[in-house]
Amino acid sequence: MSDEANKGLLSPLRRKLLMGMAAVPAITMLPRASFAQAPATSAVNTTGLAVTDTEVTVGILHSATGTMAISETGSIEAEKLAIEQINAMGGVLGRKIKFIQEDGASDWPTFAEKAKKLLVNDKVAAIMGCWTSASRKAVLPVVEQYNGMLYYPTFYEGLEQSKNVIYTGQEATQQILAGLNWIAKEKGAKTFFFIGSDYIWPRTSNKIARKHVENVLKGKVVGEEYYALGSTQFNSVINKIKLTKPDVIFTDVVGGSNVAFYKQLKAAGIDLAKQPLLTISVTEDEIDGIGGENIAGAYACMKYFQSLDNPNNKAFVPAFKKAWGEKTVIGDVTQAAYLGPWLWKLTVEKAGSFDVDKIAAASPGVEFKGAPEGYVRIHENHHLWSKTRVGRAKLDGQFELIYETADLVEPDPFPKGYQ
Amino acid sequence: MFGDYSLGDLGSIFVMQGFAGLILFSVYVLMALGLAIIFGQMGVINMAHGEFMILGAYVTWMTSNLFQTYMPSLFGGYFFLAMILAFLASGALGMLVEWVLIRHLYKRPLDTLLATWGLSLMLQQAYRSVFGAREVGVELPQWMLGSLHVTDSIEVPINGVFVMCLTVLITISVAYVMYKSRWGRQVRAVVQNRIMAGAVGINTEKVDRYTYGLGCGIAGVAGSAFTMIGSTGPTSGQLYIVDTFLVVVFGGAASLLGTIASAFSISQTQSTLEFFMSGSMAKVLTLLAVVGILMLRPQGLFALKVRK
Repeated sequence: MSDEANKGLLSPLRRKLLMGMAAVPAITMLPRASFAQAPATSAVNTTGLAVTDTEVTVGILHSATGTMAISETGSIEAEKLAIEQINAMGGVLGRKIKFIQEDGASDWPTFAEKAKKLLVNDKVAAIMGCWTSASRKAVLPVVEQYNGMLYYPTFYEGLEQSKNVIYTGQEATQQILAGLNWIAKEKGAKTFFFIGSDYIWPRTSNKIARKHVENVLKGKVVGEEYYALGSTQFNSVINKIKLTKPDVIFTDVVGGSNVAFYKQLKAAGIDLAKQPLLTISVTEDEIDGIGGENIAGAYACMKYFQSLDNPNNKAFVPAFKKAWGEKTVIGDVTQAAYLGPWLWKLTVEKAGSFDVDKIAAASPGVEFKGAPEGYVRIHENHHLWSKTRVGRAKLDGQFELIYETADLVEPDPFPKGYQ
Repeated sequence: MFGDYSLGDLGSIFVMQGFAGLILFSVYVLMALGLAIIFGQMGVINMAHGEFMILGAYVTWMTSNLFQTYMPSLFGGYFFLAMILAFLASGALGMLVEWVLIRHLYKRPLDTLLATWGLSLMLQQAYRSVFGAREVGVELPQWMLGSLHVTDSIEVPINGVFVMCLTVLITISVAYVMYKSRWGRQVRAVVQNRIMAGAVGINTEKVDRYTYGLGCGIAGVAGSAFTMIGSTGPTSGQLYIVDTFLVVVFGGAASLLGTIASAFSISQTQSTLEFFMSGSMAKVLTLLAVVGILMLRPQGLFALKVRK
């Protein structure tokens, strides 16, 4: 499976192109000698991982089938692209990365089982995977028990930290606070209406947002509504929004509900150009389904937009499209998933070893200057320092960058005063 | 909660809330009609109902792409053609499925549940392989977007009105076909007594196939219409299946009128409750009420009187 995928991806021309773009981070971050001659396997692998003199195996664990495949496909594509690029520039410690892809099938026990299979049978050096918090919670005890290394890409609610996990997405405060500050200042917003899907991530995020609105911004939350996952009827809540006339609608609705929500908002005559709406759950991926005309004008709070104007991203977007098709879009989580293999590679090289304990210890401080979002660094708590950005959705389904924090925002998975 | 608002505000909200309820009602009727025929009339527990709907949605998406590429000048009217194509595509698939799968299971109604559930998984994966795992966005013509401006504060969504008209139209056609046409009489005869219907010369196999096809076709039209209000992806059909069964079972399986009455009561309850409390709570209370009533009246709201 993996070999086929690699072959299909790498035409000679494409390989040349990848080499060209991969050379930028290579020069800045790697002493040339490090892959000129590979260190002995016995020295870099003391715990029996799947490392040979020429290859190292990692696992990719996402849902390629089932209801979450919609969201996780982008992550799979990004991780494969990163691995391919790393291989094109010489691999990790002189070893090519081989990957084994397992399908979590949108089913949390399956995720745990496949993670165990990857760690125990395949002895993979790291797992790039999981998407929903539920799947991560299912996999977490497994990676901790068998001492694996998981690179988790999704922005999530926080309240978690593990030696065995690197969180390449934002935790809740990184995603929410700067965005709320911005909209309060820019739009003079005082009243907020929260609407979310009914599960842990929106509820935790809204709890943090509410504390911030009430205690820091001195504003008021005039409504907080939750709809079951998969709900497709939002007319009643839209009427409530019309009645309460909030300065800002703050949403974390996910999945198919998202599409229904924005279509009905538009149909109800709420013009997002006049009614500010801030979402933390819509990326370019979701807009594909929602339709640009239904959401144009809305603000999204993310750390990455496909339209970001920096040299890394200018190389990343064409490479991604070349590998996966002109029409593919790249959302926030897809970019975060792309960081996983790179951060792992850099950490392995810093530690000079594939051993999980050494990687876990070496992770804090590892920086990736080639990140499409700009620059990221791993914090002591295994989350990433990254910027918060606000973009405005355009008709063509892309975001226009409106605001970004001046500095990297410190990850704070257990925020004091917000719980 | 109403203290802070003016009387005018409240008045217009009640009007709009009334519309919200009516739209929900139309959506429920539209998605339940196909199943009311298949489950209600034929006794087949069609778990793949949602996937037949999504086939209609994908057909609509393809038609819209086709019009955009080849006849952009006619784009404003593509939706009507799309609905007809959706009906034909889902209906044809339905008849094929009936021939391959369902007709062997009429004597084992519970097994149809498993068989059609398997079918729904296969269809989902087929959509995923053909159309990709990501959701697709169906572009609508300009006139179907936005809302009708009735007064300054009352706005009625155009797509909601469209769904309402469509529902009325399809309900009347189905009622006519079922209760007035010769073919409808045959269907009802087969439902009531298959052996006897065969004995008087009705081709029961053919009736079954067309009935199943009709039910699936209507599901396809519903799916096509729902591209206006919901998402189109390989698993989007799953969003509708629970509500659909709820409406049909609550209404009394074999009764078209029951389906309508049940859709009306469920939608009004839910939409009213949603206004006064959170969406999830409203759903819980609605389901509780339905369960309670079904415990008292297991046959549903309206039951067909037949000699068993």
